[in-house]
Amino acid sequence: MPMLSLVTFFPVIGVFFILFMDSRRKELVRVTTLLVSIVVFVLSLPLYFNFNAHAYEMQFVEKLPWIPSFGINYHVGVDGISLFLILLTTFLMPISILASWHITKHVKEYMIAMLVLETGMVGVFISLDLFLFYVFWELMLIPMYLLIGIWGGPRRIYAAIKFFLYTMTGSVFMLLAIIALYFLNYRATGNYTFNLLEFYRLELSFAVQFWLFIAFALAFAIKVPMFPFHTWLPDAHVEAPTAGSVILAGVLLKMGTYGFVRFCLPLFPEASHAFIPVISWMAIVGIIYGALVSMVQDDLKKLVAYSSVSHLGFIMLGIFAFNIQGIEGGITQMINHGLSTGALFLVVGMLYERRHTRMIADFGGLTRQMPVFATFFMIVTLSSIGLPGLNGFVGEFLILVGTFKSRILYASIATSGIILAAVYMLWMFQRVMFHEITHEENKKLTDVSKREFAILLPLIIVIFWIGIYPSSFLRKMDASVNHLLRQTGEGVNSVSRLQKQNKQTMPQIDIVSETKTEWE
Amino acid sequence: MLNLVALILLFPLIGTVINGLAGKRLRKETVGYLACGAIGLSFLVSFMVFIGLLQLPPDERLFEKHLFRWIESGSFISAAALQVDPLSVVMILVITGVGFLIHLYSIGYMHHDKGYHRYFCYLNLFVFSMLLLVLSNNFLLMFIGWEAVGLCSYLLIGFWFEKKSASDAAKKAFVVNRVGDFGFALGIMLIFLTFHSIDFTEVFSAVSHGNFEKGSFTVTMITLLLFIGATGKSAQIPLYTWLPDAMEGPTPVSALIHAATMVTAGVYMIARCNALYLLSPFTMTVVASIGVITALFAASVGLVQNDIKRVLAYSTISQLGYMFLACGVGAFTAGVFHLMTHAFFKALLFLASGSVIHALSGEQDIRKMGGLKPHIPVTYKTFLIGTVAIAGIPPFAGFFSKDEILLEALVRGNFIYWSLGAFAALLTAFYMFRLLFMTFHGECRVDHHAMEHLHESPKNMTLPLVALAGLSFVGGFFGIPGANALEHFLAPVLGGHGHTEVRGAVSAGHHGAWLPYLMMVISTAIALVGIFLAYQMYIKKPGLSKKLAERFRLIHKLLLNKYYVDEIYDAIFINPTKKISTQVLWKVIDVRMIDGSVNGIAWLVGRIGSVLRHLQTGYIRNYAFYIVVGCILIIVLAVFGR
Repeated sequence: MPMLSLVTFFPVIGVFFILFMDSRRKELVRVTTLLVSIVVFVLSLPLYFNFNAHAYEMQFVEKLPWIPSFGINYHVGVDGISLFLILLTTFLMPISILASWHITKHVKEYMIAMLVLETGMVGVFISLDLFLFYVFWELMLIPMYLLIGIWGGPRRIYAAIKFFLYTMTGSVFMLLAIIALYFLNYRATGNYTFNLLEFYRLELSFAVQFWLFIAFALAFAIKVPMFPFHTWLPDAHVEAPTAGSVILAGVLLKMGTYGFVRFCLPLFPEASHAFIPVISWMAIVGIIYGALVSMVQDDLKKLVAYSSVSHLGFIMLGIFAFNIQGIEGGITQMINHGLSTGALFLVVGMLYERRHTRMIADFGGLTRQMPVFATFFMIVTLSSIGLPGLNGFVGEFLILVGTFKSRILYASIATSGIILAAVYMLWMFQRVMFHEITHEENKKLTDVSKREFAILLPLIIVIFWIGIYPSSFLRKMDASVNHLLRQTGEGVNSVSRLQKQNKQTMPQIDIVSETKTEWE
Repeated sequence: MLNLVALILLFPLIGTVINGLAGKRLRKETVGYLACGAIGLSFLVSFMVFIGLLQLPPDERLFEKHLFRWIESGSFISAAALQVDPLSVVMILVITGVGFLIHLYSIGYMHHDKGYHRYFCYLNLFVFSMLLLVLSNNFLLMFIGWEAVGLCSYLLIGFWFEKKSASDAAKKAFVVNRVGDFGFALGIMLIFLTFHSIDFTEVFSAVSHGNFEKGSFTVTMITLLLFIGATGKSAQIPLYTWLPDAMEGPTPVSALIHAATMVTAGVYMIARCNALYLLSPFTMTVVASIGVITALFAASVGLVQNDIKRVLAYSTISQLGYMFLACGVGAFTAGVFHLMTHAFFKALLFLASGSVIHALSGEQDIRKMGGLKPHIPVTYKTFLIGTVAIAGIPPFAGFFSKDEILLEALVRGNFIYWSLGAFAALLTAFYMFRLLFMTFHGECRVDHHAMEHLHESPKNMTLPLVALAGLSFVGGFFGIPGANALEHFLAPVLGGHGHTEVRGAVSAGHHGAWLPYLMMVISTAIALVGIFLAYQMYIKKPGLSKKLAERFRLIHKLLLNKYYVDEIYDAIFINPTKKISTQVLWKVIDVRMIDGSVNGIAWLVGRIGSVLRHLQTGYIRNYAFYIVVGCILIIVLAVFGR
């Protein structure tokens, strides 16, 4: 059975049904969409259970010719790196749709956009053909643009256009690089193809790798977003509807980090190694800077948005540690960030629905009114802080161990981020949930509804699960990550070979030693 | 019996989960007895494990219980596995034993509180976390417990979250502990990099096989990083600032934090890693120096404080300083011994002070107390025993352990350690008796409103007091010189690094066998002098203290304001960070520079577009003109271009 295609395109089938529904029957549209997304999630579960953890090769592969004259195929597959990102997407989708119940404007169009978005996102993670990848990559941009631009806050147009242009700028360079790879491959092998697995075998010169790496990295760095390409994120998050923020933080940002792992590292191993200092420092600055700026925000969504910059910095640092702990930690943290930050946006959204404000100063003392909500919020906050026993810690600590192994200095600076995380999250929590109630409006607040309970509970369960028994996730990554390291490891060897050569040639051009011998 | 060890953790966890999920729907009594029962059962099992361990020959007293695989990635392996050895058994007995009494006391103390079930849920979680900390068999699992006690202290200090001071104190406790945890986490990473393992057994056996020479840089770094963690948890300079504020929580919580859990974690960790610490003389010097300076520093602040719990808080910091002094000079057993006796009398003192506060309907200022002795006799007697124990009067618990530390500081360390430690002991005796006299003796300064409600606490509160008073009395005999049971028991873990050799050396006549006895006499004399001074100032001549305070106004103010350390931290770390983050990073770099250039580019593209738009006029004559100009240009270039 074409499992992957089913998961990817089932939402589109759902769209087909919704198209024929009466747009006035909002409840029907909502329930249908929810059901479709739940079915997609159920359909994606066999990917986990039938996944062979010992194989590094792509699994559930489907390959059909699409545009044969250009060597373009519909070629999809999953490995231990993309597996959990797909599951994260299908897991977050029903939750996001359930969190969109309050949307009353153009419900039908909204739900269609959500479902198309899901297809685009899953498509990105499974594509093994770069042309196909690019199609999905751009496809998911459009519904997100609409979600922000139509269902967003007051400055939604500015935010939507900013989001779109930022991402497009990077994408254009990536497209150029993809085409370049296409022709380079033709020159080397004689056949035209966009097959990623073929491209992996290319041996590119360092100069070519260097420029192609930059082109890809720019697209991904904007998506991550890495400092200093992050300024679209706070605007997009603040304006996006709750579900939009959840998907944006939970899945879309992971496209960037995933892109680095899937494309930059194995395609351009030597260039990737050469870029370790650049990327790592950008990541470290992002960690500290994101945390500090997050600390002083007075808008809850902005605070969470900047905290994402900090968290994603950790992920990038782990990936560029080039060892198993760093990369497995990075992938785990991609999932964790999707869960915790997704949950944080949901929590903020629940507050917003009640009070129509996101300003921290408008809250305070909510625990007395909303004890169950407070418990959920607290767990999510602690997960984001990286408290041991919850999910965030597993990823964060592995990343730091991996980084520490390769560069002690980077890890030492980055570790200070865990102090700052406690500062900005707990300070926020204190101002929102503790103290006496100072605003009259807050005295009427109600605790979580059944729907909200159903939204948060699954997230909390997974947060504990990953924190206490991460093996059920980590073990499925081992083979793929080890393979990735082998792919890039060849790069390491050649780099060190280059450095060795340099060292050997050094004495011959060493002017000082020559002049010394003359004086003697 | 050793196989039962997992149950020790399981009971408090069950208590936490039930009270956390269903506590609201349960009856108050059920909630309280459930929580107490959980810890009580845990204590029973701990005792059984202790018996089980005793049945093994001393050299084989190490039992590991693998539960499940936790974090594994490549060569980095951290299992969820427990370890029972003499050191962890001593710890679990103290934690569950004292913890149980504190739970029992809480039933009465917290009876009227709205968050009754929440309180017991956190309290059980606290004990669970601490047990995990001392039972884990590797550094990372220990780190869970390490951070989790931080979390529990956050939850409990901020228990009355509607009070701003409480939630501030809670946040401060968590963040300051995080600073320490930063060091601890880096230490774990360095251990992994150095030893390729984070299991206690593997790391310490690698050390004992002599793979590292004394004073090695890596080991020094590891031990220093771990020590940063210890200064956070065990409230030593420079990270002690959270502990005095931690009294914002309910009083039994203070007892739990100060005695059985949390602050003992740092001492335990260093004792656990004694093999590593002994390899680094530099770190040992740092540990001992920080310890003795903290002991003196905190004692001096304790002299002038007027809040009954605040005095006790500073005394805790000071006493912890002694434990670090002991560890720093290599007398780990003495450190653990003092940890144990301190757990008894400090829990007693806090609970008794809670009983005083309870009796006075919430009053904590000792200037508004006095003469309470006849009104609350049981509280008075038990408080007296605790005070005598901490002041170091034989044969009470604190005397033996503190005397042990001072002796070791002199024999293994140097005269400076001893004299500073002895001076701090003088201060301790003074401020503790000042506290006692001002609270229970002299004229009654209680306002009549509180006086009407003045009453002795109920049985379930006084019973734990009596039990702890008993322990404070006999606790010292576990480590009495000559027949030191504790030392023999701990020897397999803390090894020859204990004080056997010193005793041996002492009795062999290097210093003369009289030294320990002379030291005992001196220690007792010091304590008596402190008590005498307090008696003179607060009973005999009550006006004297005021006069002294006026005479040395600057010093008094400095001490009263705790050396302005909080203010200094605010000025150096907190305010500049906030200011720079807002004024520079956010408003300038983010909004102006990065976003400014992004919007600038967009604006530029727009401008260029609107300029170029003028070319597209729509008039054919204009386009014809452009074509002609173009043709001419091409011709000119073609003719003259080469």
